[in-house]
Amino acid sequence: MTTLTDPPKASFRLSMLIYDTRYRSLTFQAIAAIMLALCIWFLGNNLIQNLRAAGLNISYGFLGDPAGYDINQRLVEYDSQSSHAKAALVGILNTLLVAVLACITATVFGVIAGVLRLSNNWLVSKLMAVYVEIFRNIPVLIWIIIIFTIMTAVMPAPRDFRGDDATAGMVLDLFAFTNRGVYIPMPYFQNGIFANAAMNWILVLAGFVLSLVITRQITSRANAKQEATGVRPRTLLPILAAWFVPFAVLMLVMGLTFEVPALKGFNFKGGIKVGGPLIALWFALSIYTGAFIAENVRAGIQAINKGQTEAAAALGLRSGRIMNLVVLPQALRVIIPPLISQFLNITKNSSLAIAVGYADITATLGGITLNQTGRAIECVLLLMLFYLTASLLISMAMNFYNASVKLKER
Amino acid sequence: MKKSVFLGALTVAGLAAGAAAAGTLDDVKARGKLNCGVTTGLVGFAAPDANGNWEGFDVGMCRAVAAAVLGDPAAVEFVPTTGKTRFTALASGEIDMLARNTTWTFSRDVDLKFEFVGVNYYDGQGFMVPKELGVSSAKELDGATVCIQTGTTTELNLADFFRSNNISYEPVPVETNAESQQQYLSGACDVYTTDASGLAATRATFEAPGEHVVLPEIISKEPLGPLVRHGDNEWGDVVRWTLNALISAEELGVTSANVAELAAGTDVPETNRLLGSEGTLGAMLGLDADWAKKAIMAGGNYGELFEKNIGEATPIALSRGLNASYKDGGLLYSPPFR
Amino acid sequence: MATPKDSIAFVAEGTLPQLDPPANSVGPVKWLRENLFSTPANTLLTVASFYVIYMILGQVLPWVMNGLWTTGSLSECREILQGETGACFSVLTERWHQLLYGFKYPASEYWRPNLAVVLLLVAAAPVLFFDLPRKLLIFTALYPFIAYWLIWGGTILAPVVGLLGFVGAGLVFRTLGRDNFALGFIGAIGAALVVWYVGGALIPEGASDNAVLQAVPSRDLGGFMLNLMLGVTCVSLSLPLGIALALGRQSNMPLIKGICVVFIEFVRGVPLITLLFVASVMLSYFFPPDSTVDLFLRVVIMITLFSSAYIAEVIRGGLAALPKGQYEAADSLGLAYPEAMRLIILPQALKISIPGIVNVAVGLFKDTTLVSVISMFDLVGMIRGPILASTEWNGVYWELLGFAALLFFVVCYGISQYSQWLERRLATDHR
Repeated sequence: MTTLTDPPKASFRLSMLIYDTRYRSLTFQAIAAIMLALCIWFLGNNLIQNLRAAGLNISYGFLGDPAGYDINQRLVEYDSQSSHAKAALVGILNTLLVAVLACITATVFGVIAGVLRLSNNWLVSKLMAVYVEIFRNIPVLIWIIIIFTIMTAVMPAPRDFRGDDATAGMVLDLFAFTNRGVYIPMPYFQNGIFANAAMNWILVLAGFVLSLVITRQITSRANAKQEATGVRPRTLLPILAAWFVPFAVLMLVMGLTFEVPALKGFNFKGGIKVGGPLIALWFALSIYTGAFIAENVRAGIQAINKGQTEAAAALGLRSGRIMNLVVLPQALRVIIPPLISQFLNITKNSSLAIAVGYADITATLGGITLNQTGRAIECVLLLMLFYLTASLLISMAMNFYNASVKLKER
Repeated sequence: MKKSVFLGALTVAGLAAGAAAAGTLDDVKARGKLNCGVTTGLVGFAAPDANGNWEGFDVGMCRAVAAAVLGDPAAVEFVPTTGKTRFTALASGEIDMLARNTTWTFSRDVDLKFEFVGVNYYDGQGFMVPKELGVSSAKELDGATVCIQTGTTTELNLADFFRSNNISYEPVPVETNAESQQQYLSGACDVYTTDASGLAATRATFEAPGEHVVLPEIISKEPLGPLVRHGDNEWGDVVRWTLNALISAEELGVTSANVAELAAGTDVPETNRLLGSEGTLGAMLGLDADWAKKAIMAGGNYGELFEKNIGEATPIALSRGLNASYKDGGLLYSPPFR
Repeated sequence: MATPKDSIAFVAEGTLPQLDPPANSVGPVKWLRENLFSTPANTLLTVASFYVIYMILGQVLPWVMNGLWTTGSLSECREILQGETGACFSVLTERWHQLLYGFKYPASEYWRPNLAVVLLLVAAAPVLFFDLPRKLLIFTALYPFIAYWLIWGGTILAPVVGLLGFVGAGLVFRTLGRDNFALGFIGAIGAALVVWYVGGALIPEGASDNAVLQAVPSRDLGGFMLNLMLGVTCVSLSLPLGIALALGRQSNMPLIKGICVVFIEFVRGVPLITLLFVASVMLSYFFPPDSTVDLFLRVVIMITLFSSAYIAEVIRGGLAALPKGQYEAADSLGLAYPEAMRLIILPQALKISIPGIVNVAVGLFKDTTLVSVISMFDLVGMIRGPILASTEWNGVYWELLGFAALLFFVVCYGISQYSQWLERRLATDHR
């Protein structure tokens, strides 16, 4: 810019609002603001008129009323006398439960399939390509329904376990796979230190933390010694001991026992029940999203320069260690951002629980509560608010991560 | 009155604007079609057959109203609704009436601002179990897994029943009838619960209906009836009296077979008033004098509709029970046409 | 000189004939060794894979081979099969029209959607393959109106007026927009609205009653046709919207940028199913009290908004990937913002974004199955509703679900193969 003279202030003309680039953006924004306001007014006004015509109002008072219905899968105390808000909370926790479980398994599936797809075993890599293509190109809703149908139609019903001519049996007499869910033995403490079962488990958790701390101590000492003397002391045994001893002591003292599920009445009783809808949704989401993650993983690995692999091979590393020590750490930087958006997708796709009767937030707040109270607007708004919050939190985490692993350029 | 709102070529089919203030009756007449909300499929009450024609008891109600108002029982647009969408569809004017086994409850009538015009089926929630379980009473269902077809007030009744009897259960809520059948038949649930009529209708579609029994307990009152929006009394009257006309016709012995003959005039004054050969009842409703005749001709009187769609001769095989005319010890009792 | 023969024990007097390579490093054996059995671990994997394939095929093949195609109900199938495994494909031969067109579309009119699909391929061809003559794009522009008329039927005046609105808008934009883009843009919108309003008023009341093509209400659409229509309509509508949103997000006007960011992040943050709930239970409250907008249109609106946010993000990626020099070059030529975008930036940015857009389109097409949750009878809705609930076919899961999966797979796999082809082609263009 060579002209440094200030524009004459007095000569502002209205036409400058259109022709002068300095002011034009103001004009556009003003127009946009007016349009937005008009839109909101139009929609809001319609809403108010329609509601008045129907004699309805917007009120969230129903959240405090007793819900009146039961939920079969609940992580917190809930019965039919609890409020609608409590039912929504149960739903939220169920959504989070299936989302977290599916994120973990989808990552496992995805990484295995992605790595195997690059395997030099022709058959395996083709098999993985088929897996990826089949699952990516068929809607997740169809997968959920298919897997749920497998769950209900192929697995034996509890009544098949009954009688002398039972057509189904428990696996190892410990696990029961039925079309209502999988029953597994539940560990509990016969003589726990605390009366409250949860406190005992927290104690176990504390034991694990202790093991973790000791392990870190051992490794850092080993590292120090290696740096000082060049010889790394053996750490395997101490570490194993650090993990095993506190655990074993706690278990022995508190008397760990397993409650094995058994067929009583209509259902299996005892043990932990993992419900059929949960399994179907969990598995369908993991295997579907796993196919996408596999592609991300493959792209991430292929993005690493081949020279890196060759250099590692020249150092004499075996192929497993090349993957673990050289390729994956670098590929992770490429893999993680799309991975997180896949996690986001899992969370959002978990709303399809409604197709299999899993009591997530869409099925409680957006389903039965909406159904029974007829408060459609309120329920749908709350539903969107929850998903929005969850998504924004996950995105924030992603941005944090991206900032922390960004290549520090100097 | 039809106002042309043209917001781009694609919307022209969608935007059929009708002024709500002018009244639903005028809207329906102007449109030449009745928009009637029904279920997404419950054999006997409302389900499309293999050719896509809607059939059933609720469908018959829609057709009777269409015949009374428009003179043509086929002038009905059936809008399938789920338990979730039905109330919005009605409140927003997408449908003119809802004939979808919907229970008449206080809060729906008062809080949600709907008008139930009467009861076309007295129902109650029941349980169905496979015979091989050997259960003979709902009170033996402690610990059972129960498939619930969500929709009416099913979940709430169920929770109340099990709580008051102090027994436990596992609810499995299912959205559509087809899915609950799938789960129940595969043994993912021990029990299937919904309105007794729905149970019968579902059982009728099973391969071996005889292997399943409906338990004697009926745990709730479910008066099912057609409903319309609050505040449009004229339209409410049309639907209410069409229903009453069907019930009265059975009381008076008017059937689809003899209605044409009786309409010429009989020596029963109420029949004459009903069929329009005497008095001006039709004009009071804003309809033709022979509105009730057309409604009855559409599918017959209440009894005929019942027998044809859900009666004992059909696979659903429901007995009249509470739904018999008061003359036969039932609850159906139409106010007089006078 | 002594001959070598005397002093040296052996001298080769010619080259040896070439031998074949050892049997295990040539031909199929070599290939097998290298690709399947190179290490013990690999061998294990191979064996495991063969086992998996055997298990799957062993289950599926007899089932398909024993399939019955001509029975009238599932119980008939079971009677014929006598407990052997075998599919009951008769449900497909019996109900294929319901699966493809829904149960309400008049059977005598099936040729209309079929023709619309064929024409869709013709219309899409010049967009998808750059080598085809550009003149074909005229047909592409006409296609929406033709397709609308074919599928919904009714009076031909409605699509004609719609088309005229666009033509009018184009003419106004040509004259006014030459000097001032904004003026032309606003004028074009105004012209289109005027044409539509006047044209809408001119169409006589009962024009659709005795039209050449019988009018079909959108409630009667269903089956796979509904999925296809929702997918095609929503993707094409969301493209312009997505471009606008992407440009808005890049804008340096804080208000406009803010609106776009909030919109995009909001839509991307909620699942499609909640937006469909909005369409089915909430949206009617937001329209003027005296109008009803049918479910199909409401769903189209919500899915379009949904996909436009995703497309906007893809295009934003394309915009960001352009070297800064392109923007600066456009500025230095003295081009105003609209010209710079139209002539320089967008053509390049869109070209980069095409594979991403295709991916969004495939995802969206798959997501159209979710409309079955709000009681629309698309392919999945037909299966889960009327067909599985009927007495004859109560319990035929695998045949129906497999058919649905196959249809979606064919379409989506085809599109993704195209996308990969395009990516390769675009990649060579850049090098």
